[in-house]
Amino acid sequence: MEPRTTVIEKRLSQIKKIIAVASGKGGVGKSLVSSSLSLYLSKKGYKVGLLDLDLYGPSTHIILGTKDVFPEEEKGLVPPKIHGINFMSIVYFTDDKPAPFKGDDISNIIIELLAITQWGELDYLIIDMPPGLGDETLDVIRLIKKAEFIVVTTPSRVAMGSVEKLLKILNELKTPTIGVIENMTMTKNQFIRNEICQMKLNYLGSIQFDQKLESSIGNINKLLRTDFMQDLAKIIEENNI
Amino acid sequence: MHEWALAESIITAALETAKKEKLKQVKEITINLGEMQQIERDIFEFALDEIKKSHNKKMKNTKFRMKTEKTTLRCKNCEKTWTYQDMKKKLTNNESESIHFIPEIVFVHTRCPKCGNPDFEIIKGRGVTITSIKGTR
Repeated sequence: MEPRTTVIEKRLSQIKKIIAVASGKGGVGKSLVSSSLSLYLSKKGYKVGLLDLDLYGPSTHIILGTKDVFPEEEKGLVPPKIHGINFMSIVYFTDDKPAPFKGDDISNIIIELLAITQWGELDYLIIDMPPGLGDETLDVIRLIKKAEFIVVTTPSRVAMGSVEKLLKILNELKTPTIGVIENMTMTKNQFIRNEICQMKLNYLGSIQFDQKLESSIGNINKLLRTDFMQDLAKIIEENNI
Repeated sequence: MHEWALAESIITAALETAKKEKLKQVKEITINLGEMQQIERDIFEFALDEIKKSHNKKMKNTKFRMKTEKTTLRCKNCEKTWTYQDMKKKLTNNESESIHFIPEIVFVHTRCPKCGNPDFEIIKGRGVTITSIKGTR
């Protein structure tokens, strides 16, 4: 008998809102949206947690410039505070080495992390999801009933092809979906907006391609001043996220 | 005290089972301790006894039986099998501690001892599970 799943609800019980940032496609900016969303909400005075569930390619620690920290052991693991964010990632345990995990192993890791992490009281828990609709996505939907999804895409029809499949699965499983963010826009084009509206979902807004964004990775003071952050902040405010 | 979180899951699962099976008292819980998770047994038992006290109605006289299960791993490439004890001496303290928190971290820090492949599986002895719950109706 699997005992760990029975405590997950309790571990998350003091969290007011859980947002999973996902996409059908990799490289669309999920981790940047997750990290920046966490930073923005934290700077606004909210208690925020960030859980990086991209087990193969965790990257939020690179964006936040996390170094030499480890969770504290206190009736489980208490995530360390990084720039005011309670931050949990597989990277604490992997030393940033390659992580060749497979199906059931992935589910086991997610269950273990959710069962032993002591988040305490939070206004928001942001989950950075891996791309696609594999084990991690289905596990989060199954194990975290109150998770709401924000889906990220680029203006590309290639990205939207995969994103549409994720949105259909979320709809099929009746998973709350806050809406879709269009990232890295370069021209004015209504394609993504129209697609999302046709699916009767919320188009939350767009973030323009920001050439200076890369140089702000690992430096949150720079990140907070980017055009990317300004566009994201507008989306957060306008949609009351 | 990461053991505390797992002990809490044992008690919660037993109480859920007791409710489902309409048990008035939980008499005995048998727990399988997969060797790879390296549970500190004293701490784990202490945590179980402490948490149990908050559920006196159903768990006042509950006994915990614990069995350690040896870990076996098997390479999917060459079919070599090996044990946790075989690989333990090659792990650093930090690697060992990471496996203690999340046993699947074994895939990060070790490889098949015969062919060096990372594509292996945990056959048994992963972590903490419940094998039986006995009670009275």
